[in-house]
Amino acid sequence: MTENSMSKAGQGLTTANGVPLKVSLMRTNRRNQIRAFLLVAPLLVFLVVAFIMPILDMLQRSVDNPEVGTQLSRTVAALEDWDGESIPDEPVFDALTQDLLAGAEARNLGQVASRLNYESSGMRSLIMKTSRRAGRIESGPYKAAILDIDEDWGELETWRLIERESDPYTLSYYLAALDMKYDSNGEIVSQPEYLKIYQQLFVRTFWMSIAITGLCLLLGYPIAFLLANTPLRYSNLLMILVLLPFWTSLLVRTTTWIAILQQQGVLNDIFVGLGIIADDSRLSMIYNKTGTLVAMTHILLPFMILPLYSVMKTIPPYYMRAARSLGAQPFLAFRRVYFPLTIPGIGAGSILVFILAIGYYITPALVGGQDGIFITNFIAFHMQTSLNWGLAAAIASILLFVVIAFYLVYNRLIGVDNVKLG
Amino acid sequence: MAVPSYATGPERVWYYVFRFICALIFLFLVGPLLIIIPLSFNAEPYFTFTDAMLSLKPEGFSLRWYVDFFTSSAWLGSIRNSILIAIASTILATILGTLAAMGLSSRFMPFRNTIMALMISPLVVPLIISGAAMFFFFSRVGLSQTYLGVILAHTALGIPFVVITVTATMSSFDHSLTRAAASLGANPVTTFFKVILPLVTPGVVSGALFAFITSFDEVVVVLFVSGPEQRTIPIQMWSGIREEISPTILAVATMMVVLSILLLTTLELLRRRAERMRGLSPG
Repeated sequence: MTENSMSKAGQGLTTANGVPLKVSLMRTNRRNQIRAFLLVAPLLVFLVVAFIMPILDMLQRSVDNPEVGTQLSRTVAALEDWDGESIPDEPVFDALTQDLLAGAEARNLGQVASRLNYESSGMRSLIMKTSRRAGRIESGPYKAAILDIDEDWGELETWRLIERESDPYTLSYYLAALDMKYDSNGEIVSQPEYLKIYQQLFVRTFWMSIAITGLCLLLGYPIAFLLANTPLRYSNLLMILVLLPFWTSLLVRTTTWIAILQQQGVLNDIFVGLGIIADDSRLSMIYNKTGTLVAMTHILLPFMILPLYSVMKTIPPYYMRAARSLGAQPFLAFRRVYFPLTIPGIGAGSILVFILAIGYYITPALVGGQDGIFITNFIAFHMQTSLNWGLAAAIASILLFVVIAFYLVYNRLIGVDNVKLG
Repeated sequence: MAVPSYATGPERVWYYVFRFICALIFLFLVGPLLIIIPLSFNAEPYFTFTDAMLSLKPEGFSLRWYVDFFTSSAWLGSIRNSILIAIASTILATILGTLAAMGLSSRFMPFRNTIMALMISPLVVPLIISGAAMFFFFSRVGLSQTYLGVILAHTALGIPFVVITVTATMSSFDHSLTRAAASLGANPVTTFFKVILPLVTPGVVSGALFAFITSFDEVVVVLFVSGPEQRTIPIQMWSGIREEISPTILAVATMMVVLSILLLTTLELLRRRAERMRGLSPG
């Protein structure tokens, strides 16, 4: 019964203490809603603090650009009236000198120097050098003195760069993450070929993830079929063979592939022992794309088998028998009857494996070598080694958008409620 | 799956070929895990079978890598850290997740789908992104390189598992049982402990096991959030594989495989118990 018809039927009726039934029902519903919500609230608060806020922080960092605006604040203010067509006048140079001197005193010029250096190499040394020598300038006019220290200050590009990067927010990190940059006129252009890294890595991550998904489907489909069409007694046993790798530490599984695939490893030993290959021409199956493909297929295979299995288990066996009895050859019966019924499972497993593969870090980093690494490895590189956190945040944000897009598709098709574990 | 009586010749051949293919895939799945077990008893510092091992001579085998493990302060410290962090984050995740799952399974829950999607999100967001994001945020609020930071991070990662398993258990929960308890005179607290809890416990325990193993096995987020104080077993393995690769790693790996077999058995027993209690299967 809908609430509408209920309220019509209940008009005029009241509870024992005179409250109209409709109001009383709404109160109870509201109380139940609040009770349910209060149960969820602690977790919600926790997740917002421990997970959502970090993600928002990262998104903010990917566009955050405070360095120039705060550390060269006087220069930026003086540049406000600048026409952008000629070298700025004395007041700007005056302000720049003050900023550099103040920065040298506070020892925080390194940040703004690095920030500008991301955009145009040479800016770091220009700023550090000028700030060191600016202390020796006794009095104005500063323009001539600064130009005397380095003639790059006489370049329009230098000033346009400072003006452009004075905004508190920037798209530069996203452009860098996509192998693009601003040219001297502030137009977005693509990096020269020899400096391109990330586009190729995004593309490689994408194709490798597709390949891994394909391999998992190829290997997972027969297993799921076998599990779904075997009597429960045996299939429970076989299921353990699927769940054991699923439950085993990721690092353990990666380690075993190193032991198996490396040049002095088990598989090469077997090949040499069987005389398939010579001892001096052992195959290099690891620290390259092959290593990543094999190890990741092994690691993600259970995530393909489990959703496929749960779909196949619901397909009644008599469908195939009916097709056969109507004269279909086995292959035709499979292709026209069984296979179409398993497509939801294929979709669920494939999207799941793809989402997991595209964000994988550990395995490509350990067994990928040079040409088997993923874009995630560059997130870690910029986080830990180059310390360009803005760029790391931008790459991570792009990856996050891609994953969320696929997740929404997954949610639409399958629904998060139907995620099954083991 | 047996060969049906109406099968033709080629079908019979295909049946055996298919079995053979499946056997190969199972070998691919489980073989690598089994191969490291004998390798971890290697007497030599290699990752491969020596001649002495292949001819089954006793001098080819040794426990030296296990001795190595149990006498290394770095490894022992990492066990302590791993267990401490995993237990703390499992308890937090289980309490928060179970409460939330009970709320989520109520039909009065507002914005149910949105909240559910939010709670699953730590499972979907790639670990490296969670790790980077938590590193940024935790270093702002002073949680970076602390036990509390690692525990909070692992709690967030374990929560989806608890929510999923407990919600699944609750959705198959027959609510007329609570009404029956009430009509027989039980108050809500008694009903919770005598009726609801025994039926939901298997779900809660398997969710907690998932959360535990997630924390125990997690390396990416720890890599970013932890400091040298909080080295866990996976971190120790990670740096072992990257820096000096020694069969001690294989000894650890073997023990971890044994651990996962134990966990898997526990889960399987829990699942059977849950089914038996609902009268779905004779056991």
